[in-house]
Amino acid sequence: MNQRIAVLDYGMGNLRSVSKAIEHVAPDAEVRVTDDHDWIRKADRVVFPGQGAARDCMAAIGRHHLNQAIREAVEEKPFLGICMGLQVLMEFSEENEGTELLGILPGRVIRFSEEMSGERGLPLKIPHMGWSRVEQVQPHPLWKGVEDGSRFYFVHSYHVVPEDERLVAGVTEYGVRFASALARDNLFAVQFHPEKSADAGLRLLENFVRWMPS
Amino acid sequence: MGLAKRIIPCLDVDAGRVVKGVKFVEIRDAGDPVEIARRYNEEGADEITFLDITASSDERETMVHVVEQVASEVFIPLTVGGGIRTLEDVRRMLMAGADKVAINTAAVFNPKFVREAADRFGSQCIVVAIDAKRVSGKGEPLRWEIFTHGGRKPTGIDALEWARKMADYGAGEILLTSMDRDGTRIGFDNELNRAVAETVPVPLIASGGVGNLQHLVEGITEGGADAVLAASIFHFGEYSIGEAKRYMAEHGIEVRL
Repeated sequence: MNQRIAVLDYGMGNLRSVSKAIEHVAPDAEVRVTDDHDWIRKADRVVFPGQGAARDCMAAIGRHHLNQAIREAVEEKPFLGICMGLQVLMEFSEENEGTELLGILPGRVIRFSEEMSGERGLPLKIPHMGWSRVEQVQPHPLWKGVEDGSRFYFVHSYHVVPEDERLVAGVTEYGVRFASALARDNLFAVQFHPEKSADAGLRLLENFVRWMPS
Repeated sequence: MGLAKRIIPCLDVDAGRVVKGVKFVEIRDAGDPVEIARRYNEEGADEITFLDITASSDERETMVHVVEQVASEVFIPLTVGGGIRTLEDVRRMLMAGADKVAINTAAVFNPKFVREAADRFGSQCIVVAIDAKRVSGKGEPLRWEIFTHGGRKPTGIDALEWARKMADYGAGEILLTSMDRDGTRIGFDNELNRAVAETVPVPLIASGGVGNLQHLVEGITEGGADAVLAASIFHFGEYSIGEAKRYMAEHGIEVRL
């Protein structure tokens, strides 16, 4: 039977781009943008995208009753968080005067500092928008065929600070060095947008749809 | 620092067809936005901007289909501008697969629209497009005003104040076009670019006047832009995106190669 891939739908972000990119790398898979618990439970893999503000994302997850489904999927099957889908896995975000997050990974989410200086005498631009290098700080099946230091497309104003350094799979520099990919067991989560990162991004997604974590 | 400067080809689309004739070698259909977008992606474009210049509102729907088709095949950021006037327009383009929308005239008539769109969809997908024209005379302090309707109608609004206000209202990026330079091929107005880059905290895309690769370099080094947008130098096959990037890299600019 062809594998099923659930793209979690909670009304936040460009889910169409994500599902199209997954379909592109897994033409035989059944890809569904859904908030249906049964379907998510039966899915072989789960992709958790997201855009927008932390508080809105948390509220939308609540409205779609996805809290439990996310926790189960993180325990049981290959799970890919993208952008806000990485951030909300943490415990707490500075955004919106402080927002409690899902608390699946220990750590918090902080804003880039406006006081950092950028290039050519200008302050650091926020959001961090564009193509930055991701340094692979630990080997991982999802990096297979992706050259170390490849550029991926980012759009964000906040970044994660995990408590446990060992979770960090990728690091990017923008004013500061920050964790741009986290990995734990069957969970992989990235700050950048693989669905918008041309060949490097498609390769990472292809690795994800083939990933068989032990 | 690690963030690559972006090169963004811009395509004018009228009723679903690319206009101003894109000339690639061995292109089957020079008016097909999907084929052209695919080519630009293969050449290494960092992003693609579509400007919908369709006059008739009956044919607006065509642009949605164009975006849907491109987004199914081309996996880099897509921006759509032209005729974005309501939250529903924004939503439809994002649902079709656009990553960002560019708001121009509608922002001038109703600045709160930018705030509403940013609140609802996030600043990351709201680009405010500004058409600015130099109004200061010789020897006077530099000053630019914004114009609407393709640079024909003056508004009396100071361009720097406007850019600052739009960033405050939630624009995630500013697309700045010099109406003095647009179509001239003599290079960007880098005094304008620099003034805006120093004024707004969000990324700046410079546009208007590119005629050669050195102009792209100057937009970054002199104008302080984060991205450079150009149309004709890429469309007419004078330069490929790859050539532009290599040239910029040779001149010390960090690009994605």
